[in-house]
Amino acid sequence: MPKIIKNGQIIDDDWQILKLDGEQTAASLAWPDGNIMVPMTAWLERKAEILSRSKRPGVWLDSHEDVEAIAGDLEHFVVIGLNFPKFTDGRAYSTARLLRERYAYRGEIRAIGDVLQDQLFYMKRCGIDAFALREGKDIEAALSGLRVFSETYQAAVDQPQPLFRRRTA
Amino acid sequence: MLSSAQLRKLAEISRRYDRSVGHFTTRQNMQLNWPKFEETPEILGELASVEMHAVQTSGNCIRNITTDQFAGIAPDELTDPRPYCEVLRQWSTFHPEFAFLPRKFKIAVNAAREDRAVIRAHDVGLEIVNNDAGEIGVRVFVGGGLGRTPVIGKVIREFLPRKHLLSYLDAVLRVYNRYGRRDNMYKARIKILVNALGVEEFTRQVEAEWSHLKDGATTLTDAEFERVARHFTAPEYEHLPQDDFSYAAHLKEDKAFASWAKRCAHAHKVPGYAAVTLSLKAPGFAPGDISDLQMEVIADLADRFSFGELRVTHEQNVVLSDIRKRDLHEIWKISRANGLATPNIGLLTDMICCPGGDLCALANARSVPIAEAIQSKFDDLDYLYDIGDISLNISGCMNSCGHHHVANIGVLGVDKNGEEWYQITVGGQQGNATAIGKVIGPSFYADEVPLVIAALITVYTEQRTPSERFIDTLQRIGIEPFKQRAYAGRDKRKPARADASENLTEVVNA
Ligand code: SF4
Repeated sequence: MPKIIKNGQIIDDDWQILKLDGEQTAASLAWPDGNIMVPMTAWLERKAEILSRSKRPGVWLDSHEDVEAIAGDLEHFVVIGLNFPKFTDGRAYSTARLLRERYAYRGEIRAIGDVLQDQLFYMKRCGIDAFALREGKDIEAALSGLRVFSETYQAAVDQPQPLFRRRTA
Repeated sequence: MLSSAQLRKLAEISRRYDRSVGHFTTRQNMQLNWPKFEETPEILGELASVEMHAVQTSGNCIRNITTDQFAGIAPDELTDPRPYCEVLRQWSTFHPEFAFLPRKFKIAVNAAREDRAVIRAHDVGLEIVNNDAGEIGVRVFVGGGLGRTPVIGKVIREFLPRKHLLSYLDAVLRVYNRYGRRDNMYKARIKILVNALGVEEFTRQVEAEWSHLKDGATTLTDAEFERVARHFTAPEYEHLPQDDFSYAAHLKEDKAFASWAKRCAHAHKVPGYAAVTLSLKAPGFAPGDISDLQMEVIADLADRFSFGELRVTHEQNVVLSDIRKRDLHEIWKISRANGLATPNIGLLTDMICCPGGDLCALANARSVPIAEAIQSKFDDLDYLYDIGDISLNISGCMNSCGHHHVANIGVLGVDKNGEEWYQITVGGQQGNATAIGKVIGPSFYADEVPLVIAALITVYTEQRTPSERFIDTLQRIGIEPFKQRAYAGRDKRKPARADASENLTEVVNA
């Protein structure tokens, strides 16, 4: 079974990420059995149908997709995937913080796509708690990417107080 | 700012790992051009031993924060900008959300009446101001930048109270991170987003975002600001009279010293003190280059005369910030003996020049030989004094590291069918009246450049009134006479020049 990092542990993962490659459109997607993460456009078009399945859904957003579109639906999702098409595309860091800090989403946020060890620390700070590493990457080695620094200056999801407020406290 | 110990370490590193030379950039950083890749970890280790690093010096992240080289000592400053820079440095270092922006992001801070930090040519420029109630805060400029599309930053907030500085910048950066273009590297800077949305709409989006962040945990506390500010204390100045007798005597007796002092010694807010610029623009040397020995000489001067501190300017010179006037003559003698006292600060040969084609992989053309050709054409100091204040900057390509857009005379390397050509702009300015220069016409061969510059200068010396600087005359009489003289006797229509007109249009319309 594929593995991901979640809450700092390597675990088995059975979520299937449904993609709109090639011919596939939001309308034509079929739902396999088991846990599925659907593209945001499919969710927006076929909400009722997805909710009628026996398993609670996950959804995933591409880096250019605005989280505002699903802000009212968050209670339905077990997991929200954020795609990094390339590691240099940093839009999902903002998306993750918005999900946690503005919309108070408490479920799993999973980084998918070009997810690499060097980015995990930033991702974790922005509220991403699960990581599906890019294929072929050493997941054991990547774990250390979560612990690059022992201290941080800024307020973020993992540490809502900036260093300067903790220093004077 | 550097300590003498840090500069000595840089000297040692340049000797051990490079060719005994460093290059100061317009980012006020030092660049080493020939280190071995496999030795970089060792170099970083050496840097760390004196609290230096190379973090966020490349990549699409927030780069080092820059400010006025006279911060803390300038008579015209409202307050010391350095604590602001340090607060911003901490906020921007490994900022978790903004490490992978659409493009690099540069922030500069100015707190003086005259802007010496080119804040209007930065992605974000911060001007520290008082409001009518006497509270301190910042005026926020966004979307300035040079590069292939030079733009002057626009004010998106006239007054932002100091405590909101970080949360407001979080909002600016978040809007940029989410909506800045990522499909085309040349259109990815924040200036393009600001222009595409219009400054009103951009401002509206920032304010909307900020309404959620305002007054959050990132709100800067007075206690923190003061804690940081305590790291920038004034050194233990002596109580001195404003004028120093021996300094005045040396000025009278020694003409060479007097000309140096006129260009290289600067006003200081403490009586009896001056700041000194050590010129790294000596004839025959690449602008901004400094040898290991020169670094050590400067470190010694800083220890002996300036509380062990020095600063790097974006004009690629070095400043000793706290010099007793009575020590100026001694400093001049030592620096002159070490090629650091070219009395040309603010003059034509105090050029800003990027490394260009000799060293930079992105270059279209070499820039250092052009600088050297101009230096040797204008080697008569009396003539340079007569020309007076003028800025001449050279970039080897559109990336504009040499700030050519904001120079009175700008030189830009362009590539045409594998040949090096140079495009000339005039009328650019930095400071409060920041302006982007205009292209005078088709570009030139390298060997024509010094002659063209001489032609431009001649127009000025013929037409000026007694009080006018080059830029003043240019603004009064317009670009036309300069254009005409530059091309007089030259064939504008050499065949290879046809394709350059495309390049030119891009800049003219930008
Ligand atoms: S050649 Fe271009 S990229 Fe290289 S330093 Fe000069 S301006 Fe910058």
